[in-house]
Amino acid sequence: MTKFKTVAALLIVTLVTACSGPSKSTIDEGAAGAAGAVGAASSGVSAGGTGAGGAMGSATGGSALGGPGASQENRIIYFGYDDFAVKPEYDVILQAHGKYLSANPAARVRLEGHADERGSREYNIGLGEKRAQSVRNVLLLQGAVSDQIATVSFGEERPAVIGSDEEAWSLNRRVEIVYGQ
Amino acid sequence: MHKLVPVFAAVLILISSPGQAELQIQITEGVDKALPIAVVPFGWQGPGAAPPLDVAGVVAADLARSGRFAPLDRKDLLQRPTTGADVDFGDWRIQATDFLIIGRVVQSVPDQYEIQFQVFDVLRGEQLLSYRQPATAADFRRSCHRVADVIYEKLTGIRGVFSTRIAYVTVSRSQSQGQVNSTYRLVVADADGQNVRIMVESRQPIMSPAWSPDGRKVAYVSFEANRSEIYVQDLRSGSRKRVSARPGVNGAPAWSPDGQRLAVSLSRQDGNLDLYTLDLNTQVLTRLTSGSAIDTEPTWSLDGEQIYFTSDAAGGPQVYRVAAEGGSARRMTFEGSYNARPRMAPDGKQLAVVHNDRGNYRIALIDLARSSTQVLSDGRLDESPSFAPNGEMLIYATREGTRGVLATVSTNGRIRTRIPELDGDVREPAWSPFAED
Repeated sequence: MTKFKTVAALLIVTLVTACSGPSKSTIDEGAAGAAGAVGAASSGVSAGGTGAGGAMGSATGGSALGGPGASQENRIIYFGYDDFAVKPEYDVILQAHGKYLSANPAARVRLEGHADERGSREYNIGLGEKRAQSVRNVLLLQGAVSDQIATVSFGEERPAVIGSDEEAWSLNRRVEIVYGQ
Repeated sequence: MHKLVPVFAAVLILISSPGQAELQIQITEGVDKALPIAVVPFGWQGPGAAPPLDVAGVVAADLARSGRFAPLDRKDLLQRPTTGADVDFGDWRIQATDFLIIGRVVQSVPDQYEIQFQVFDVLRGEQLLSYRQPATAADFRRSCHRVADVIYEKLTGIRGVFSTRIAYVTVSRSQSQGQVNSTYRLVVADADGQNVRIMVESRQPIMSPAWSPDGRKVAYVSFEANRSEIYVQDLRSGSRKRVSARPGVNGAPAWSPDGQRLAVSLSRQDGNLDLYTLDLNTQVLTRLTSGSAIDTEPTWSLDGEQIYFTSDAAGGPQVYRVAAEGGSARRMTFEGSYNARPRMAPDGKQLAVVHNDRGNYRIALIDLARSSTQVLSDGRLDESPSFAPNGEMLIYATREGTRGVLATVSTNGRIRTRIPELDGDVREPAWSPFAED
């Protein structure tokens, strides 16, 4: 609980900072595909949706941090090697998604966990699942209810980026937040 | 004997093999003292010009691929006897050939063949073996591999694996309108990479093929429903059954030695991967492990009493052992930061694992009695080791540039082959058990 309050305080600070910056544009799935993303969400969850009143969207007057209108970069959480702890830098985004889910009980989200290519494949399924569960736990703390959240792990089977270097690996260790399922 | 039939299902398209490139196996490292052997083109007694297949060619290629034999080039053969009476040992001694194989294919009635052959010890000038292998047109290649198995066993004392098969997964990617489309295939081929059959094709990942102990079925994980589910598919009929589609992860199927149960890794409602056994007859699920660790990648001891598996209970992945009925788990690997995906050796005394060797992911053998680790492969991202059923070799997945390819290494580390495919990523090889027929 103490940790939760710290996160909330951090959110406010970061929110102020975010307001002063340029608003982020929404990237649709097609563009992501052209950039080499393979594992993008299968349903068309991309464009539109800002008007649905994502808690942060209306607060900032720009595109949403959370909810279905969030930009692609605000719907992907990255992780460290062989690690499934959510880094503090994602608290703001996840709080926004959690609040959106809390404010929109009919909204559904699917958390797709992924791993980089190193090591064995089923263990990487385990890592992807752990990552998705970590994100799920944060969303639940923010007021989402468990019925709203499904998780799936694709392990290393659907990389966002093809490549065998640190950069590709870091982009593949991720959880994608997919609305509408 | 096992004709593989394509499967048709709502989301899966079974296609025939013509478009699929066959695997070509290259020996990248052999033993210094491969035995010189001559395999003379077989004679033919039947209608038409020739038997359905060049028996001697298939047999010589099999023997060469084992790394233990060096077949004489066909153009260097001084004589081409097809019966024992025509053999002149003097000529073969001049060519420094240790062993000689001759034979003939006889067709008695349509579609019934007999491959008759003899094995000679050239130095001693004596016949070691005379054998008749029946064949039909449909299984002629397989019968040729059986001939090679018989010869290999006679000359080495070790049962041959040329007539076994391998299952593996391929991925091909194509781009259209800015989208990358992936096609995943579960493939079964002869051990020499020929006779490729596609069992399942899907736009979603296919993983973790595992042979049933009788070699008739393959269990695997499919994401065709956009989540992981475990299927068991009969290779002969192509029919399949979904055996686990519980909430969360359904993964890592491993057959019990009696073929009655699957060990699996499930996350169920709580999102935490634990090991279970699933009785395939009763569907009864028995939980083996609990706790917050990732427990996955089970493999059974030969007696079916123990299960070895990967767990990150101590931080990174290490191999543990638990009784097949459940209980407390015991850590088995201590050398290195990463030991995962154990596979039990056919002798029950060693495990093959994926081992982090100074930043490289390599195939290693763990000796269970001495608890020692021997690194066998030399790649950077090697994975998915699978033992040949005679325990002489491991097949595993490695990289060639950005592409996944298959490779083999002998368990003594001395013979290496590489199996590059013409297109697509190849991964997760699983060597079949010995066929029962």
